[in-house]
Amino acid sequence: MIEFNGVSFWFSEDETLIEKKGEVLHNVELVIPKGEFVVLMGRNGSGKSTLAKHCNGLLLPKKGTVIVDGKSTNQSEYLWDIRQKVGLVFQNPDNQIIATTVEEDVAFGPENLGVPQVEIRKRIDQALNIVGMSDFRKKEPHLLSGGQKQRVAIAGVLAMQPEYLVLDEATSMLDPEGRSEIMSLISQLRGSITIFHITHYIEEAVDADWVIIMDQGQIVAQGKPADIFNRRDQIYEWGLELPLVSETAWILQRRFPELFPSLPLKAEELVAALCSFV
Amino acid sequence: MFIRLENVYYSYFQHTPFEVQALKNVTLTIDRGESVGIIGRTGCGKSTLIQHFNALLFPTQGSVLIDGDQIQKKGSQLRGIRKKIGLVFQYPEHQIFEETVFGEVAFGPRNNGVSGESLEVTVKWALESVGLDYQELYRKNPFELSGGQMRRVAIASILSMRPEALILDEPTAGLDPEGKRLILGKLKKLREENGTTLILVSHSMDDLAMIAERIIVMDQGTIGLDGPVRQIFSQGEVLERYGIKPPTTAQIAELLRKKGFDIGEGILTAQELSEQIEEKILNGGCH
Ligand SMILES: Nc1ncnc2c1ncn2[C@@H]1O[C@H](COP(=O)(O)OP(=O)(O)OP(=O)(O)O)[C@@H](O)[C@H]1O
Ligand SMILES: Nc1ncnc2c1ncn2[C@@H]1O[C@H](COP(=O)(O)OP(=O)(O)O)[C@@H](O)[C@H]1O
Ligand SMILES: [Mg+2]
Ligand SMILES: [Mg+2]
Repeated sequence: MIEFNGVSFWFSEDETLIEKKGEVLHNVELVIPKGEFVVLMGRNGSGKSTLAKHCNGLLLPKKGTVIVDGKSTNQSEYLWDIRQKVGLVFQNPDNQIIATTVEEDVAFGPENLGVPQVEIRKRIDQALNIVGMSDFRKKEPHLLSGGQKQRVAIAGVLAMQPEYLVLDEATSMLDPEGRSEIMSLISQLRGSITIFHITHYIEEAVDADWVIIMDQGQIVAQGKPADIFNRRDQIYEWGLELPLVSETAWILQRRFPELFPSLPLKAEELVAALCSFV
Repeated sequence: MFIRLENVYYSYFQHTPFEVQALKNVTLTIDRGESVGIIGRTGCGKSTLIQHFNALLFPTQGSVLIDGDQIQKKGSQLRGIRKKIGLVFQYPEHQIFEETVFGEVAFGPRNNGVSGESLEVTVKWALESVGLDYQELYRKNPFELSGGQMRRVAIASILSMRPEALILDEPTAGLDPEGKRLILGKLKKLREENGTTLILVSHSMDDLAMIAERIIVMDQGTIGLDGPVRQIFSQGEVLERYGIKPPTTAQIAELLRKKGFDIGEGILTAQELSEQIEEKILNGGCH
């Protein structure tokens, strides 16, 4: 479990920001339960990445505490442990890829953890297989296109076998195939590892156990996907949008009020409702 | 004939053991005022292709013509081309190099001789076009922005040059939905009002359904399909071979057809889809 207790954060150098808009994170109270698939959404600049970097102590709260399985990120003696437990994948894979071949890059994390060579081999195979990049293991990462690099970055984190996987827009640069691979990877890993997924794609949130919405450094809503996405007006106020399925249903609902008891989130639900209606 | 590629081949690391052939015999014409979406699997050559449109890359074989003039690797011509055709990179941090947001967005127009108050007006306009608050951000270091804010700055810094053609590589990746709608709306408006040519590389068929009129599907360095948006997006099975799922609305329409709803082909927007469904409900539709 990762707990945020009254966490506030500001980038100290940036006085103008503090004056104008206050803190980047403001008094955040949040629990990410173990084993859950939690999705975080919100406007650009609302503080999502800043929050993500608090999960493994890359950033430390200016006020409040972040507790990972009982250990506070404020206590430096726990940081090594926490970083091993909480793996982060960022928006841009270029800044994460360091080695000269794909497999060396994936090996980098486990090597740093002192994992034996035989075990590292196994982990590389598994991780590359999961992300569908096994054929590229001898390639130089800088020769890959954007989406391919992103998959390697995810493999690198998986090879460390973390208990929490924090994905900060890890899907945003992938092609539809790559994205659905990552999404099915998430459902495959789901339950065995806690997944905290930050995304702007609403469709990636409809299957989550829990959805959290941030705005201006604060958690403004959280709940089950069906509860959150039935609040259409608020969704747009938060800078988000409904899935196109729900949007289509919403337009139809104005014409046929009895058509949908609640807004469908998936195409199959919409089609089923229509078929039983006519 | 605005942008024309004739039998273009491009290889990274030519004449080395690492050679990668990224484009193979590509011939295509883009006219002024078109709105073109370029799609295809990761690594199929989209980014490589569009960098030929404003002479950031030169073909290893074949030729590129802008307004009928063949591109040479000479400085004087290149300046003109890059002024005319603006390109926003896939990764914004690859194009950002100034220390303030103002400096970054002002760079292009400044180079074109804009200064003083009209420079400020231009920068303000560009930042507001992408939904950023000028007062809040103009002094900030672009590298201390959030991912989405940085992408917006990258787009603003190309808008501020007011180019005749805008090429955007994955422009909506990392944008929040509101920002995405705002920026796509702005691009649409620029095209309608000034005839700006739009070329968008995107993985989001839903976004392209909103803005593109023509779709080019790339496949392993060649052009797989090229045609009007409705025609391309109604070929679900063909698209699948290129690793592409049609826009959500087209997918729903297809599901409904399978259930016996007689929904027409080439649906693009939620509005169009709901209108068709409404009509079928009124006439009784499911078998
Ligand atoms: N290194 C930094 N120095 C100063 N300010 C920063 C820094 N990084 C981010 N900020 C500011 O902090 C706020 C929150 O940024 P953050 O990156 O957490 O947003 P985000 O929700 O992840 O946005 P996006 O959806 O664009 O990724 C923004 O106002 C941003 O400009
Ligand atoms: N800077 C580069 N150096 C070497 N090879 C590259 C470079 N950029 C892309 N490639 C290779 O060229 C091919 C096409 O890549 P790219 O144009 O980036 O595709 P896309 O934009 O469609 O994902 C891929 O095989 C990729 O690995
Ligand atoms: Mg972010
Ligand atoms: Mg690309």
